[in-house]
Amino acid sequence: MSPATALEAAPRDLERPKKSRGKIDRKDLHTIALLVRDAPGVLVRVSMVFSRRGYNIESLVVSPGARSGFSRMTVTCSGDSATLEQIIKQLAKLVDVVHALDHTTTDRFETEIALIKIGCVGETRREVLEIAEHFNAKVVDYAPESVILRVYGSSNKLDAMIDLFDEDDIIEIVRSGKIVMARALEVT
Amino acid sequence: MTKSASPPDARIPTGAEKLIQCLEREGVEYIFGYSGGAAMPIFDALVDSDIKLILVRHEQGAAHMADGYARATGKPGVVLVTSGPGATNTVTGLLTSHMDSVPVVVLTGQTITPMLGKDGFQEADVTGITYAVVKHSYLLKDARDIPRATREAFHIATTGRPGPVLIDLPKDVTQGPCDAPFVDEVELPGYAVPTHGDPARIRQAADLLAAARRPVLLVGHGAVISNAGKAVIRLAEKLRAPIVNTLLGKGAADETHPLHLGMLGMHGTAYANKAVDACDCIMSIGSRWDDRITSKLDEFCVDATKIHVDIDPAEFGKMVKPDVAIAGDARLVLEELIPQVTAADTEEWLTQCAAWRQRYPLRYAKQGGLRAQLVLDRLHEITRGDAVITTDVGQHQMWAAQFCLSTTNRHWISSGGAGTMGFGFPAAIGAQLGCPKKKVWAVVGDGGFQMTQAELATAAIHSLPVKCLIVNNNYLGMVRQWQELFFENRLSGVDLVGNPDFVKLAQAYGIKALRIRRPADVDRVLQEAHDYDEGPCVVVAEVVKEDNVFPMIPSGAPLSAMIIEKPKEQLAKPTGST
Repeated sequence: MSPATALEAAPRDLERPKKSRGKIDRKDLHTIALLVRDAPGVLVRVSMVFSRRGYNIESLVVSPGARSGFSRMTVTCSGDSATLEQIIKQLAKLVDVVHALDHTTTDRFETEIALIKIGCVGETRREVLEIAEHFNAKVVDYAPESVILRVYGSSNKLDAMIDLFDEDDIIEIVRSGKIVMARALEVT
Repeated sequence: MTKSASPPDARIPTGAEKLIQCLEREGVEYIFGYSGGAAMPIFDALVDSDIKLILVRHEQGAAHMADGYARATGKPGVVLVTSGPGATNTVTGLLTSHMDSVPVVVLTGQTITPMLGKDGFQEADVTGITYAVVKHSYLLKDARDIPRATREAFHIATTGRPGPVLIDLPKDVTQGPCDAPFVDEVELPGYAVPTHGDPARIRQAADLLAAARRPVLLVGHGAVISNAGKAVIRLAEKLRAPIVNTLLGKGAADETHPLHLGMLGMHGTAYANKAVDACDCIMSIGSRWDDRITSKLDEFCVDATKIHVDIDPAEFGKMVKPDVAIAGDARLVLEELIPQVTAADTEEWLTQCAAWRQRYPLRYAKQGGLRAQLVLDRLHEITRGDAVITTDVGQHQMWAAQFCLSTTNRHWISSGGAGTMGFGFPAAIGAQLGCPKKKVWAVVGDGGFQMTQAELATAAIHSLPVKCLIVNNNYLGMVRQWQELFFENRLSGVDLVGNPDFVKLAQAYGIKALRIRRPADVDRVLQEAHDYDEGPCVVVAEVVKEDNVFPMIPSGAPLSAMIIEKPKEQLAKPTGST
């Protein structure tokens, strides 16, 4: 492990309990999909609706929408449903927000991508590659002492895969955050 | 191309000139402003405009004047200030307007676009600082956006639930050319304004009201904004239901109407609070169930059905979970509801309310020196609801709310949600400019007045006949009252020793100033000030130092815990927010 990654890993080990790396508790997690105008400041306005109420955003994905001038946001956050209902109303109230919909329980397709860098040589490497194959993960970087795996699927699947690795072998994880789309002709 | 080589109308206007033309098209008559480097192109363009600039003495004053102008007229107030500190000085005003849903458009100068984010002189991230206190805002980096942003700003500020909108204008944008055409139509796909209520829900509301035996109509600022007062009275008369209003709902429905029980809440009348506590159906018309009126939320109207009419659907369930929520304009919803309601059997209920009114009237001691309540009681006697009354924040505000009954929409102007000290006097200046034919009284305390007293100059130079009644007890009276009641009278940070002689202070600005020392002076001095129209008049009422506002519901306590007279024992510290 290089000094830089050691530095990054050290404080995290202190902060986080074992078996939690890159993962969040998915109980009480809500998914909100927003269609917004692609206007300066819209991200701040959206995030302030959460921060003002002391709510932490677990993941946030912003991307261009189907029509130019509009963007998509997918937000996941945890909290009690009464406050979440208020948050969604306050989001919808923002001038730049076309709509804000709760997709926590709707019929939807959701996915997420993770890049996982694992330090591995010898026997460990073979185990890592077996796990990768099982989860349809692709090795996108093959270095002497590490590999990077790219895996996508439901956030639960990603959690499950990450769980199988030895905590000490994982060097870095970067996850895209969840994106969702309502099935059939329903609006996301 | 030089100026002289082409006719003036062929020259491409600067961004600032275009901006001013846009404001003229919006019908702006006054701009409340304070100049400065980054705003100089805009101030320059104002020279050739019919829009009148009211030069204030502090930007906070400009923001409150625009707010007072907007509340008194229903038209948006406009503020123009420079970058950095000029802009940040309006933040308190923005909060005040935001909390009370007042249409204000604030234009701020900004450093040139290449310097944005480089800590230029008088640069502040003004859109960043103000996100939390505006309905919407713009940072314009292209002069061609000026007409669209200006039209949108006025549309957003004045429609739906009104609120402040800020436009940050870098100096190179206002100084450079702007060849964009004027914009009439706005395209805001994320902005919907409810108007008519859902007929099915209005039907449900009518059914709930019909089933009620002890109904109460709760009138808030939304009723003022939508001018729903007459509809409220018609509904109350048809239902035979009593009316109460919030601090900001004063004036929507005539408070002297026999069915009106006055203001409810922390310092509302005992009979209004008792009615709300005992009702079996409460219908909020444009109020947001503020914590000053619900007090302890989980004991508020537990057994009553609740109807909530609001133009902002985000208010439904925020504080109180309604049985029927109707999103729409208060007046339109009531006009659709009234034909569907029938007179409920409320005679017993009205008799009960009348008994409470008789048993627990507003009272104050007639002896022991000059009392603020007497002064305000007499001010009501002299103005009779015909004057616009603005207030500052504190004891005088609550006494004015109790004694100066409002009969006319937009005649009561007070900072409710934000509770902004320093609001009352500049708000009165704005109201007076907006309503030149009306009598305008600012009722302020000695604490709040000193926060914006520099605007005496603004009132003086325009010879505005605004009257300012300073209720001077040389204390921050409301906090002192709390310290007396809840903090074992350990006074801390409330003694305003060192107050100036306010009469001499006003005179230093060339302003007529009168003093009330004794109860016997009250009528004569107030009448003299009321009749004086040649310029501002300051009246200083030197009232008793220690007096308390009652009734009072300690914050966080249920309505039933209302204190009607000064308690004999020390009370527990309140658990509510403030």
